[in-house]
Amino acid sequence: MKPKGNSKHKSYKPILPGTKDWPVVQLSKNRKNFIKRVVEETLVGIKEANPGRQELREELETTLYRERLRIKENPWRVDPSDDYRFWEKVKNQLVELTVEQDAREKEEDILRRVVTRYAHEIAGNFKRTRYRLAREIVKFGFARLLNATRVKRFGAFFRNKYTLRDKIQIRGKVKQLRKLAKQGTVVMVPTHFSNLDSILIGWIIHSLGLPAFIYGAGLNLFNIKIFAYFMNSLGAYKVDRRKKNAIYIDTLKVYSKLAIEEGAHSLFFPGGTRSRSGKIESTLKLGLLGTAMEAQRSIYMKYPDGEARKIFIVPVTINYNFVLEAPALIHEHLKSQGGEKYYIESDEYSTSYNMIKFLIKFFTKGSDISVSIGSGMDLLGNYVDDDGNSIDNHGRFIDTRDYFVSNGEVSIDRQREEEYTRRLSRIIVREFHRINRVFASHLVAFVAFRIWRKKHDKLDLYDFLRLPEEELSISYDEFKEVFSRARQAVLKMKTQNKVNVAAHLKGQLDEVITLGLDNVGMYHSKRPLLRNKAGDIITRDLNTLYYYHNRMDGYDLEKYV
Amino acid sequence: MSKKPIGVIGAGSFGSAIANILAEKNEVLLYARNSETIKNIAQKKENRGHKLHTNVIPTSDLAYLAHSCDIIFPIVPSSAFRQMMQQLSPYLHPYHILIHGTKGLDIHLPEGESIDTIKKLGREHIRTMSEVIMDESVVIRVGCLAGPNLAKEMAANHPAATVVASHYKEVIREGEKLLRNDRFQVYGNHDLIGIELAGVLKNIIAIASGALSGLGLGENAKGLLISRGMVEMIHVGKAMGGDVHAFVGLAGVGDLVATCNSTLSRNYTVGYRLAKGETLDDILADMEEVAEGVNTVRIVKRFIGNQKLRAPITEALYEVLFEGLTVDKALQLLMRYPYNVDIDFL
Repeated sequence: MKPKGNSKHKSYKPILPGTKDWPVVQLSKNRKNFIKRVVEETLVGIKEANPGRQELREELETTLYRERLRIKENPWRVDPSDDYRFWEKVKNQLVELTVEQDAREKEEDILRRVVTRYAHEIAGNFKRTRYRLAREIVKFGFARLLNATRVKRFGAFFRNKYTLRDKIQIRGKVKQLRKLAKQGTVVMVPTHFSNLDSILIGWIIHSLGLPAFIYGAGLNLFNIKIFAYFMNSLGAYKVDRRKKNAIYIDTLKVYSKLAIEEGAHSLFFPGGTRSRSGKIESTLKLGLLGTAMEAQRSIYMKYPDGEARKIFIVPVTINYNFVLEAPALIHEHLKSQGGEKYYIESDEYSTSYNMIKFLIKFFTKGSDISVSIGSGMDLLGNYVDDDGNSIDNHGRFIDTRDYFVSNGEVSIDRQREEEYTRRLSRIIVREFHRINRVFASHLVAFVAFRIWRKKHDKLDLYDFLRLPEEELSISYDEFKEVFSRARQAVLKMKTQNKVNVAAHLKGQLDEVITLGLDNVGMYHSKRPLLRNKAGDIITRDLNTLYYYHNRMDGYDLEKYV
Repeated sequence: MSKKPIGVIGAGSFGSAIANILAEKNEVLLYARNSETIKNIAQKKENRGHKLHTNVIPTSDLAYLAHSCDIIFPIVPSSAFRQMMQQLSPYLHPYHILIHGTKGLDIHLPEGESIDTIKKLGREHIRTMSEVIMDESVVIRVGCLAGPNLAKEMAANHPAATVVASHYKEVIREGEKLLRNDRFQVYGNHDLIGIELAGVLKNIIAIASGALSGLGLGENAKGLLISRGMVEMIHVGKAMGGDVHAFVGLAGVGDLVATCNSTLSRNYTVGYRLAKGETLDDILADMEEVAEGVNTVRIVKRFIGNQKLRAPITEALYEVLFEGLTVDKALQLLMRYPYNVDIDFL
C-alpha cells in the first residue's frame, strides 16, 4: 500500500516541556529508594500471606528448587554470572536452618535477600540521555531508510520527504490520550502480535508527545543486544517468564503497582505473550492488570479528599498486513493445541542481524501499519471524557472512588478487586474488537480460508491443514462473490460500532481484493494467498493462511461464507 | 457512627417478609408505590394482613431511600423491575449493594419488536434481574435471594433458609449478616446467574405441579414431575448460562420441592385452577399478586425454539396457558413423550 495522502502529518508537541518532569525520570532518579520500597512492600505481603511456622520455609524451598532447575535446564545469556553462586548460598543457609526449631527470623532474612535480588533484576534503568539518543537513532535511521527506498533518485537518502508517519498511521482518540496523560496516569493495553510491537509502541508514545511509558519486557528480548539497548533506554523493566515462583511474581506485581501509584504511565501487553494463533486476544492475563486496580485503590486510600490521581486504561490495537513471525507462531500454536505438552520458548530472531534484516525488509518494501488508540476508560471499564470524568451508559458522571467504598470508606477487599479486574479484562477484549481496523488483507485471508474449510468440513482442523496446497483453489468469481458478502457484513458491523475498518476497504471491489491479496503476509517465502496464471486464488502455505484468517475470528462472520 | 438503615423496594408479601427479618437487626426503609399501603404501614404497622416490625419505616421517595441506604433489596415483580430501576438509577452510586429477590425474567428487545414479533429470541434478549440492575445503573455489587421462601410461612416465623448469591464475597457476607437469625439460615453461592435461573425456572414446574393436583393425581405423578422437571430446569438453565450445581442446592431442588407441594404458592395456584377448568384470564384477574411463572413459560418457550433443546413440560404448559389446550390433553401428550435417559447432566 502506498501512502494515500490521507495520513495525518500533524506533529504533536510534548505534553510536558522537559524530560526531567517525566514520572519515569523521577522514578529512575530515586531508583535506590524506589527499589527499597518495592522490597519492603513485597516482604510485608509475603509475610502476611505465609503466617504459619512452616509456610515461609516451604515457599523458599520451592523457589530454590525451581531456580536451580532453571539455571540447569534453561540458562540465558542475560542471566547474571553469580546466579549459581547466589542460589547455592541460599541452599546452604536453608540446610543450616533445618535443625533449628524457630527460625522465622532467619527465614525472613533469606527472603529479604531473594526479594532484593529480584527487585534489582526487574527494575528498569532509564537514562534520559540514552533515551534521547535512542530516539534520534530510531527517527534518523528509519527516515533514511524510508527516503532512500521510496524515492528512487540519487540524493534521496538525505531528504525528508517521507517520515515514519507515512508508514504508520495512528488513528483514534489521540487528543484524548494526550489530555488524559496530563491529568492522570495512563495504562496502555495493546494487542500483541509481533516482537516489533514494543518498539513500535515506544515510537508512537514518543511521536504523540507523551512522556516515556514504563513497561515489562520479556527478559528474552534482552538477549538481543540491539533490543536490550533500546529497551533499557525506553523505560522497560524486565520480566522473566521462566520464573514462575510466587516470590518473584509478588515482587514484580509490587513493582508495577508502586510505579503506577507514583504516576508512571505504563504499558502492559495484557495478552501476556504474542498471540500465537493470530487471533485478537480473548482472555487476558489478570496479574498485571490487577496491579493497576490495587494502585488505584491505594491512591484513593492515601488521598481521601479528592486529590487522588486517576488511572486510565487505554486499549490499543496494532494492525499489520504482515507479521514476520507468523509461520513460527502458528506452528507453536498448532503444536500446543495438538497435544504436544511442552516446548521451550524459542526466539525466531535470536541475533541482531536477523532483526535488522527484517527491519530493512519492512521499511523498504512498504507494508503499512495502523495503530488504533481506543477511548480511555476508568478501571471499571467506564468510558471517561476528555477531562477524565467517568461516565455511565446514561451519560451521568460516576465517582470511580465509590467502587472501592464499603460502609462509607475506601477498603481493601482482594476478592472484590479480582472480580473488578476480570470485568475490566472482558471490557478491554470488547474494545479490542471494536477498535480493530479491518484491512483488505485480513478479510481476503478469512474468506479464502473459510471457503476451503467449508468444502472440507468433514475433516478436523489438523487433517484439513495437512491437505496438499496444490489441491486447493477457488475461482476468482466465487471468491469475489463471497468476499463481497463478507465485506458488506463487516461494513454493517462498523455502523453498529462493533469493529472499525481501514479506508481502503471501502474501495472498488476488485481493487480491494487485489490490494488484499498483494499484502497478506507479503514477505513470507511461501505466500499464504495469491492468484495463479488462470486467475484462481491459491495458497502456498495453509498454516500461515490460517494464522491471518484468525485475525477476523470472533466476529461471527463464518455464516457469510 | 450511626448505622445506615437498610432499604427494601416493594411492599408485596415477600418484600414485607424480608423487611421484617431485616428489621430485627436494623432500621428498614420500605418503599411502596401505593399511598394506602404506606399509610397502613406507618399507622398500624401492618401490611396485607401481616404485622410489620416497628423498625420498618415506609417511604414513597426512592431518592431518599437511595440516599439513606447503602444496601438495598429490590423485590418487585419482573414486569415492573426495569421501570423501577430506571427511576432509582439516578440516585445510585457504585458504593451501593443491591440484593434482589425477584424470581422472574425481563426481555430487552430492539426498538419496535415484541416477544411475539421477534424472529429469534436469543439469550442476548433475556435478562435476569441482576442483569437488569447492571443494565440500568452503575451498581455492580449485585446479589440475589433464592430458596424455599414462601412469604406466608416466613411471616408466620417458621424456620427457613435462603441462598444469597453474588460474585462478590462482600455481598454474600453483608447479606448473611443482615438476614441471619435463629429461624432463618443463610447460605452463600458464587454462581449468581445459576441461582437466579434456578429460582426463575422452578416456577414453571410449580405451575405444572399445581395442575397435577388440580387433576386429583397422586404422589407418584408428582414424584415423576419433580424429577423430570428438575432435569428440564437444568438443561434450560445451562443453555442460559447457569451451572448445574446451582440447581441441586437449596435454590434449585429445595425451592422446587417447597413450591410443588404448596397451596401457598401463586404459581402452584395458577396450575391448580387451570386444571379445574378456569381460564388464564379469569385466574390472573382475581390474583392479588403476580405469578411469575406464566411470563417465564412464555419467554422460555420462545427461547428454546432456537436452541437444539427440548423442554416438554414447558412446551406443554405453553399450549395450556396460551393456546387453549386442556390440562388433561397436555398430560397425555407428556406421557407419550419419549423420555428414556434418566440423568444425563451429572
